Amino acid sequence: MNPVIRMEQVNFSYGEEPVLEAVDLSIFEREFLGIVGPNAGGKSTLLKLILGLLEPDSGRIEVLGTTPKAARHQLGYVAQHPGFARDFPITVQQVVELGLVGRRPGRSPLATLLPMRVTPDDRARVQQALEEVEATGLAHRQIGSLSGGQLQRVLLARALVANPRILLLDEPTANVDQRAESEIFDLLKQLNERMTILVVSHDIAFVSSYVTRVACINRTLVCHPTADIDAELIHELYGDKVRMVAHQHHT
Amino acid sequence: MSEFFTALFQYQFLQTALLAGLLASVGCGVMGPYVVVKRIAFLAGGIAHSVLGGMGVALYFGADPLIGALVAAVLAALLIGWVRLHWRTSEDTLIGALWAIGMAIGILFISRIPGYQADLVSYLFGNILLVPERELWFMAGLDALLLAIVALWHRQILAVVFDEEQARLRGLPVTFFYLLLLVLIALTVVLLIHVVGLILVLALLTLPAAIAGQYVHSIPRMMVIATLLSGLLSTLGLAMSYAPNLPPGPAIVLLAALAYLISSLLSRRRRWP
Repeated sequence: MNPVIRMEQVNFSYGEEPVLEAVDLSIFEREFLGIVGPNAGGKSTLLKLILGLLEPDSGRIEVLGTTPKAARHQLGYVAQHPGFARDFPITVQQVVELGLVGRRPGRSPLATLLPMRVTPDDRARVQQALEEVEATGLAHRQIGSLSGGQLQRVLLARALVANPRILLLDEPTANVDQRAESEIFDLLKQLNERMTILVVSHDIAFVSSYVTRVACINRTLVCHPTADIDAELIHELYGDKVRMVAHQHHT
Repeated sequence: MSEFFTALFQYQFLQTALLAGLLASVGCGVMGPYVVVKRIAFLAGGIAHSVLGGMGVALYFGADPLIGALVAAVLAALLIGWVRLHWRTSEDTLIGALWAIGMAIGILFISRIPGYQADLVSYLFGNILLVPERELWFMAGLDALLLAIVALWHRQILAVVFDEEQARLRGLPVTFFYLLLLVLIALTVVLLIHVVGLILVLALLTLPAAIAGQYVHSIPRMMVIATLLSGLLSTLGLAMSYAPNLPPGPAIVLLAALAYLISSLLSRRRRWP
């Protein structure tokens, strides 16, 4: 089976500062990969390289059998920090509709230069995406009026509306309470039945109960099956003592 | 003010001035909301001030200053936009430099033309009473172009204005649409030159749209309200400055600023009763 994402000997640095060194990673269809590690360990950089928002200094990255840039309209992405002002005058419905503005599979990239209208089919897809994240009731709310958890659901709906093959999320639960965190991860578990998911998190104990594999990253990358995560491994990764929290593994 | 309305029926130059104000209102009403929500007023200011360089050069070589303004505005928009997208860190410096360089070139060239000093003031502060009739057609043409582009490509422009990174990930040509937005803003700046002048352009480009944003929460609605408000403010400014023989440009800008102040106070009261 061919991996949907393949990274070979990828190096990346911001100026003189190396961020990722000799990263090898293969991710297969329907995997649910948790990416954990300390701050500034290269987690977000890894996602941005896969998305083609950053170019590696050396090494090779292949996404869905092509370059990250050529594949990225088939990827859904929820960023750690939304790239818009919270007081932007726009409704939830319109935000999710914007997830459909852009390149569509099977169409030329030049088609993105043609005028675009919201079609009845677009509206149906937006409705479906909002239903999927249980946010139908928010459709007419202004984006600035949402709570942290509601906003994450809406951003997830925007990432899902174009029906991506791979979903990448960067700290999707950083600004939400514990209950909303569990709800979002339960939702991701369901979505994993039809798409590959990569999720960056600082909470290794929490994500290990949902994901199928954990990638530990602190400049270099090591992958572990979730059952192998123990105190010694976490100590190695974070360089500090940590307390293990007992938890159930989902199957 | 009644004196103005009586004179309006008698003098064609006043009718032309009123029409010029209304035509400029369409441009700033449509483009202002993008400037306000994208928070690029400083960038629009840089474009506006660099226009003087183009006008000075055009006047010196005996060409139409409006064509010089148009070329300079579009070039400044493309240059600022390109630097903003590719060398993020130096954006502010470049805008500041273009702001000053454009003014300096304009003043130098205009100073070499005998008898043009009076015109320099009218370009800097605008003189709606001196708009030649043929320029109304030019303004109407620019309005039609702005409206057509925004009507056809609003979704793509909105996607770029709202969240550039997501737009890029969706495979949208972000550079193209961002530069298109800046070129449209540059055209609006040229539209407003006669009405309020280069220095005061920012006020009409941002204040009516900012007032609209306090009452409605969608960009198309902001466009409608900002257009109506700009039309009302430019008509009132023209009318109030007529009898005491004041320059209309600054009067329009001060009225817009007063309206913004009152509206901000009222909207604060609405939010925190």
